[in-house]
Amino acid sequence: MDSFLGIDLPTWWFLLIGALVSGYGILDGFDLGAGALHLFFRKEQSRRIALNAIGPVWDGNEVWLVIGGGALFAAFPLVYGIILSVLYLPFILLLVAIIFRAISIEFRSKEPMKWWRQFWDISYCLSSTSIALLLGLVLGNLIQGMPLNANHEFTGRLLDFINPYAVLIAVTVLSLFMLHGAMYLAMKTEDRLYARMTILINNTSKFFILCFITASMATLIYVPHMQAIFHNHPVLFVLPLTAVLIVLNIRQSIEKRRYLRGFISSSVTIALMLVLFAMGLYPNLVLSNTDPAGHISIYEAASTNKSLRIMLLFAGIGMPLVLTYTVFVFWTFRGKVKPDEISY
Amino acid sequence: MDNVELLSRIQFAFTVAFHYIYPPLSIGLGVCLVFMEGLYLKTGQKVYEELTRFWVNVFALIFGIGVATGIVMEFEFGTNWAVYSRYVGDIFGSALAAEGIFAFALESGFLGILLFGWNRVSPRVHFLSTVLVALGSMFSALWIVVANSWQQTPAGYRIEGEGMHARAVITDFWAMVFNPSSVDRYLHVLIGAFLSGAFLVISVSAWHLLKGRFTDHARKGMRIGLWVAGIASLLQLFTGHRSADVVTHHQPAKLATMEGHFDKLAPADMYLLGWVDAKTQQTTGLKIPGGLSFLVHGDFTKPIPGLNAFNPQDRPTAINFVFQTYHLMVAIGMTLIALTWFGLFMLYRKKLFDTRWLLILFTGSVLLPQVANQVGWYTAEVGRQPWVVYGLLRTSDALSQAVKAEHVMVSLILFTGVYVMLFLLFLYLLNKKIQHGPYVKVEDPETPPSKFNTIAR
Repeated sequence: MDSFLGIDLPTWWFLLIGALVSGYGILDGFDLGAGALHLFFRKEQSRRIALNAIGPVWDGNEVWLVIGGGALFAAFPLVYGIILSVLYLPFILLLVAIIFRAISIEFRSKEPMKWWRQFWDISYCLSSTSIALLLGLVLGNLIQGMPLNANHEFTGRLLDFINPYAVLIAVTVLSLFMLHGAMYLAMKTEDRLYARMTILINNTSKFFILCFITASMATLIYVPHMQAIFHNHPVLFVLPLTAVLIVLNIRQSIEKRRYLRGFISSSVTIALMLVLFAMGLYPNLVLSNTDPAGHISIYEAASTNKSLRIMLLFAGIGMPLVLTYTVFVFWTFRGKVKPDEISY
Repeated sequence: MDNVELLSRIQFAFTVAFHYIYPPLSIGLGVCLVFMEGLYLKTGQKVYEELTRFWVNVFALIFGIGVATGIVMEFEFGTNWAVYSRYVGDIFGSALAAEGIFAFALESGFLGILLFGWNRVSPRVHFLSTVLVALGSMFSALWIVVANSWQQTPAGYRIEGEGMHARAVITDFWAMVFNPSSVDRYLHVLIGAFLSGAFLVISVSAWHLLKGRFTDHARKGMRIGLWVAGIASLLQLFTGHRSADVVTHHQPAKLATMEGHFDKLAPADMYLLGWVDAKTQQTTGLKIPGGLSFLVHGDFTKPIPGLNAFNPQDRPTAINFVFQTYHLMVAIGMTLIALTWFGLFMLYRKKLFDTRWLLILFTGSVLLPQVANQVGWYTAEVGRQPWVVYGLLRTSDALSQAVKAEHVMVSLILFTGVYVMLFLLFLYLLNKKIQHGPYVKVEDPETPPSKFNTIAR
């Protein structure tokens, strides 16, 4: 059995990794966004509430990155090695930022001194911002492809990963996470901080829409291979159209102050953007921008069908469990953050 | 050895050794927490609740750093060891994916409840979360050790492709999981972790007893820690022997390195301590002549293949290093048995809490299992060289092709700087929590320190 429900196993894993990355983007996206907004809160109390709004869940959210990375390693080992080693510096910086962020959250509340808290607040904000930007930078490079020869060897230079298109995608990811995080915080806060959030949401949504339009145009102009699929299957054009409608829906929800609806819409936006990216990519996983023979398809990179089948079984058992705990933990900590219950 | 290889090995060794300070502590503390909170549920005594909350705080600090430094390990396989990732992905990947999806998600998911759920869920659900976090951390270790054991004693695979395109693919999942060394090595690692966590509890309790503070909590903590460590230290003797047995049968060159045994085919001695001169092929020290032959074959005169029986390019180069780390681990293992059982004896005689010199000894003893865990892994990993997958893939062939020495230099400097800072902060905050001790009385809720130190983290 090399396929399951009529879809071959490498494609299943392509879809599953897409789902894991989307899950990661939606979940860690809001706590990274909240972190990137952290310095906009001036008062100690506001910062504590903001931090505790993500307190019990951020660690669980990060697990999705670990699972996504593990799944890529397991299902497409060739690509795992190539993506991580070609984008060596951004990934190393990402790891360092992840460490800084974890310890900032952890250490901040351990001392009452003002300078101590200020230091970790800045470190928390900077590391959250850097993670969002670096993830976007990696995404931008993957969308436009990287210089790989027919043997999949990297032929570019050290700092090639910094280029205008990738930077634009990085800023777009940051703006989306900020908006996403701001709406999450609005759901978890009340009174004055809530009022502050409404202003921030308004501003971040404008920032995001600006980035969204620029990035869409840049992709249309500079990354033609991402649209090939729409020429062949025009019906799929409904997806980018949906994305536009959803983004408009975010604006509308904000105006009506219905932040749950807005939050769901921004979650869908994150997922849809990754779906569009995946459609442009399939059946490849890594694109070469110098030599089409350098593309790496899922079939070339995949582990054996036996291995993929075993892991699909794991995922079939494991993912419902992971979703159950995720829902259970979010349910346990539902509602507004109460300052008297603060732990960070 | 070229620079990329050297730097990449230094970086991996450094980051994994640093990471390995934390997971054993969390695994061992997890077990102690289950006992503490279990006793609280059973007896309803407030002191057990306070003890649990105190150790949950310490656990949170350790766990947080363990997670952050662990993510580095996962991604480093891809960044620095791309060829290795491709080679082992079909096999190693499934173990790593299982770790993420079954174990890591379990522990990280319920950690939030363990830390922040005290007032949100019932005591039973909280206890359940503690148990699940503890189980999750042990389950995590299982998959990681399975993957590492496959590198030591590959099984359930076949090689596909040739030269630089070769890779190992899975033929039998269960044979891969239960490869010849995985069960014994897992138990050895797990019990090493129990010792490390239990000795932290012992050490901190001994310190509080010496200072005459939180004595009620400290006595209860000491009892739990000593029993866990006492039983674990004895079991470790057994799992250690089993692990050595596996090395004997599957990694003979490593065994010869561990005892500094060079002769092609001669009875091998067992050293208590010694020194290996690899150049002159001389090992000197305090030894039981033919001791290793006796352990392996039950006969002091039976020959065992020495290092010279293997091609020079197929045997470890850091022979004295492996010899020393191995013997240090064994020596510490023996010391821990003596220490814990003497402590339990004094506890039984009701003299433990008043014997100052012993309490001082226990306070410092926290370092022993830490060192043993570290040097044990050095023995296993350096002894495996020059292979990254034993007999199949050489470490020098496993590197990322795209990565240059200057890249690794940059990342190594970054990691070193961050980890040194992290370690100092960790020690500072750990010490602060320990000095603060369990939260006993309700103080003015407006004072920040009490507030932060009471309800988790």
